[in-house]
Amino acid sequence: MKFTINWLKEHLDTKLDDQKIIDKLTSIGLEVESFESQSSELDKFIVAKIINAEKHPNADRLKLCDVDIGQKEKVKVVCGAPNAKDDLLTVYAPPGATIPKSQTKLSVSKIRGVTSYGMLCSESELKLSSESEGIITLSPTKYIKQVGKKYFVNKNQKVVDLSITPNRADCLGVRGIARDLAAAGAGKLKNKNKSKINFSGLNKIKVKITNDKNQGCTKFGSLLIKGIKNTESPKWLKEKILSLGQKPISAVVDVTNYVMMDLNRPLHAYDADKIDKGIIVRNSKKGESFEALDNKKYVLDDNMCVISDASGILGLGGIIGGVRSGTELNTKNILLESAYFKPKSIRYTSKILNLDTDAKYRFERGIDPNSIEEGLIKAAELIQNICGGTISKINITKKEKSNYRAFKFPIDLFNNTTGFKVEIREMARILSDLGFLVKKNKKELNLKVPSWRPDILQPIDIVEEIVRIKGYDRIKTELPEKTRDKQTLNPHQKLFHFLQRSVASKGYYETVTWSFTDSKINELFKEDKPEVKIVNPISSDLNVLRSSIFSNLIFYLKKNLDRDVKDISLFEIGPIFSGKKPGQQEIVISAIKSGMISRLNWIEKERKVDVFDAKRDVMQTLIETGLDDKNFHINSNVPNYYHPGKSGAIYQDSKSNKPIAFFGEIHPNINQKLQVKTEALILFEIFLDKIELHKNKLKDQKNKYEYSDFQKSERDFAFIIDKNLNVQELVKIIYKIDNNLIKNVKVFDLYEGENIPSDKKSIALNVTIHSLQKSLNDKDLEKINNLIISTVESKTGAKIRS
Amino acid sequence: MSDIIKIKEEYLLKLKDDLDLNNINQIKSELFSKTGKISNEFKKMGSMSPDSRKKFASELNAIKDELQETIEKKIKDIEIKEINLKLQNEKVDVTLPERSFKRGKIHPVSQVIDEISSIFSEIGFSVAEGPDVENEYNNFTALNTPDNHPARDMHDTFYLDDNKEYLLRTHTSPVQVRTMLGGKPPFKIIAPGRTYRSDSDQTHAPMFHQVEGLHIDKNINMGHLKGCLNYFIKEFFEIDKIKMRFRPSHFPFTEPSAEVDIGYRLKDGKIIIGEGDKWLEILGCGMVHPNVLKNVKVDPQKFQGYAFGMGIDRLAMLKYGINDLRAFFDTDYRWLNHFGFDPLDVPSNYRGLSR
Repeated sequence: MKFTINWLKEHLDTKLDDQKIIDKLTSIGLEVESFESQSSELDKFIVAKIINAEKHPNADRLKLCDVDIGQKEKVKVVCGAPNAKDDLLTVYAPPGATIPKSQTKLSVSKIRGVTSYGMLCSESELKLSSESEGIITLSPTKYIKQVGKKYFVNKNQKVVDLSITPNRADCLGVRGIARDLAAAGAGKLKNKNKSKINFSGLNKIKVKITNDKNQGCTKFGSLLIKGIKNTESPKWLKEKILSLGQKPISAVVDVTNYVMMDLNRPLHAYDADKIDKGIIVRNSKKGESFEALDNKKYVLDDNMCVISDASGILGLGGIIGGVRSGTELNTKNILLESAYFKPKSIRYTSKILNLDTDAKYRFERGIDPNSIEEGLIKAAELIQNICGGTISKINITKKEKSNYRAFKFPIDLFNNTTGFKVEIREMARILSDLGFLVKKNKKELNLKVPSWRPDILQPIDIVEEIVRIKGYDRIKTELPEKTRDKQTLNPHQKLFHFLQRSVASKGYYETVTWSFTDSKINELFKEDKPEVKIVNPISSDLNVLRSSIFSNLIFYLKKNLDRDVKDISLFEIGPIFSGKKPGQQEIVISAIKSGMISRLNWIEKERKVDVFDAKRDVMQTLIETGLDDKNFHINSNVPNYYHPGKSGAIYQDSKSNKPIAFFGEIHPNINQKLQVKTEALILFEIFLDKIELHKNKLKDQKNKYEYSDFQKSERDFAFIIDKNLNVQELVKIIYKIDNNLIKNVKVFDLYEGENIPSDKKSIALNVTIHSLQKSLNDKDLEKINNLIISTVESKTGAKIRS
Repeated sequence: MSDIIKIKEEYLLKLKDDLDLNNINQIKSELFSKTGKISNEFKKMGSMSPDSRKKFASELNAIKDELQETIEKKIKDIEIKEINLKLQNEKVDVTLPERSFKRGKIHPVSQVIDEISSIFSEIGFSVAEGPDVENEYNNFTALNTPDNHPARDMHDTFYLDDNKEYLLRTHTSPVQVRTMLGGKPPFKIIAPGRTYRSDSDQTHAPMFHQVEGLHIDKNINMGHLKGCLNYFIKEFFEIDKIKMRFRPSHFPFTEPSAEVDIGYRLKDGKIIIGEGDKWLEILGCGMVHPNVLKNVKVDPQKFQGYAFGMGIDRLAMLKYGINDLRAFFDTDYRWLNHFGFDPLDVPSNYRGLSR
């Protein structure tokens, strides 16, 4: 909403200066976005100082000047004026400025081989006088501190630009703003001028509002003005229209726009001679079309509120008029429309047609249904003043009666809500200034809500009215209490927090990517989850909710590889989706690592990342989280984006059927499809929602710490076992032999190849045997050794290697 | 002079020479081998009278000890000398790089979420969550934003079905609805999370982060709201003299509503918070609308309170001088390294918010 302070003062008697008015507007909830003059072409001319003027190298009559224009760098300007000399203050026009006299636009140009940036101006060039002999000489006393500033004072009035919240339809007109300011003590709302209009004759154009279902129009007022001479608007009107940054069109159109901006009362003017018989306000039928004043043809759906005549549609009620009945400079007779359209109907139509106009903007927020006549009278009077003509009587067709809303306001509600008190008299004063009809009782106010305030529905809305007018600075600042009834984070949130930092501490950079992704990439990672499409995606490559975080991680990995970053470790923690309903999502932490370990390192051996790097990171993270890896079960049932032979699934225990994590190398096919150019790529993911955490309570204290000073023994074994038997099983069998004596089983070698059958592998183990009760003698050790060998051999078919 | 004193004098003199380990061993064997000079002296004791034997033995033992000690010391000296000699050839250039380590980073959004949680934890808020996918009711209708409300236009919504029943939440406010429907007052929560609007340009991203706050109890008024946000803003920016302004605004789900501005000035295009006389809007808030309370089965006659919502990404930008919102979600490894935080730098109220 834009207006000038002068315009405001047509409605408001105020002694406040501009800045005070601006501050007041913001403090009562009418936020000032800007308060500036509409920019002017002359703003570009600035005061400058010649620092150094010397002869042009290639021309005797020209000078090459170094000019200070108030910026760091001096500019070089070629100048032909004889009076150009060192230290002269003058007016500089930069490239892009238009010289008033010649109307030529300056550009950077070469003059006799030397580049000149802009020009120094004479009085005649600026149309200040006929003096063209030399450049302007400015008085040093007046201008020495003005270097770099505008030379011309911008005479355009400053325009206030308000950002009006959607509830304040009434402030989409200057009068409404003045009313709010007056209530806040910024002045007095002026009385409206009495109209001296002379109605003569009837409005013979009949208006009918049909009984269609959900009829969008409830009231339609109109009058005829006959015998006008439409013309350019007078200066005052043009200036008003221009000050809002709009273009004046003709007196009739400008007046209707002016009344809309002034009173928040949209109007529409028809060329009365182009209306075929009468006006019918009705619902559209699918397929009907018309050409609107924006010169576009609109094809309508069912049930849009249209203004039509015997030959078809004239316009969309409250949104836009049509070309067929538009006014022109030669229009003789006009029909002026002032109506009420329901916000719901306006929104329905404008959304489908994707149409936004000033009238639509206002009607959808709610126009005062009782301003119909006021608008007609004000506009008719102005048109008559400018264009002549005779004004008919007003014709009003109604479907519904508009009632005033009324309710009681309990005055305690104010104090209870805001924490401070306002006298009942003051409350009544504010509300009546805002247009309410107020009757005071002891503890409540009986209120009748003004028809221009569709947003005021219940007592709490009155609290806001009073507190905003009093000022939010009146609200006290209550210090917050530092007490806590509930833990800040629940166990799941703690896990989230811990895992996030745990993974990061292993050298991964955390990233945050969109929750949506490209369906083509998502396809590779979604397994059997349903695809969740976005109906209106921002672009076709962000068209589905992600089924996995990897689609985005790999997409951005590629981007970073393209930026020539090598050896990338990235992770993200966030939601993945398995359906379009709330709750069909889970939190996952996904990480990728690419390239080499110790690339170009003078001391360490360079190698590619592999599955056991992924396993280390995921295992360490899970163990740090507080899970007991002794119970973990690992198998190779992994999603199809993992390398089938170099990946694994981790279960919290061997009975569980839900993996809590996957790790491994990426499936080479995916790398191939996505063209990721790196030596190696590993992934892991942890499913937070599947982790079962046990919160330690006081009774869950750890057992007494027991240690043994008896000697421990280490024994090495090498078993030849089936290639298919996994080490996890082998180790488990050994532990099981004697949990009290076997403290640790370490795998220290894996061998396949020569001297070993092709379906076998050799596993070398180091077993720590340690008793809490005694030093084991040779006999004890021999016994346990034999037991290990015999048990492993019998349970797995392994052979001890000798 | 007796023989043994002569032996002592002779060998102590010898041991003063510059000797190597071989020389020492030679001397050792000359003195203490089975036929060594000292050993021989011990043998003589057998033929002595008990009196002179006692005296002789004590003298001889003293001499033996002295010689042995001198020899031991000499050996140690030589060993140290040898080590020192060896050290001269064992020098490495310690300015060579160490074995590699990898440092990870926490994204600024996560860091700021933890900072926010830490601050609100101190004044009794707990963290609540809700799903990213919401139904139309929780995101709009329950929040007093019925269909055809112009406020819906401000939220360019991503929909998941043609009936517009399921959508990506446009704000974190539906967590208010879920929290209140799922429990009994009082409520005191913050809800940080992802939010979505189908809007994408230099200053808008289709996904961003908000934190919602809700405090419902008996007798909670706008003074408490002001106090809470005042506390938060001071703590978050870690500036005491920060200027704050409450100004009326409108949100369908709060009444009265306010927006909060903080004072700043521009210095070389950078925003300096806590100085200057310009205002920057950073959050929206207000008293929860009675219609919302009714929708979530809380009696507005008994309970009332405030809610607020603010953009986390924007707070991060302001606090850490990041000027491009889009970069938050662009996964540029160099950017993450530059603006990311060390994983061990966990914001907490006893250790401090930021380093």
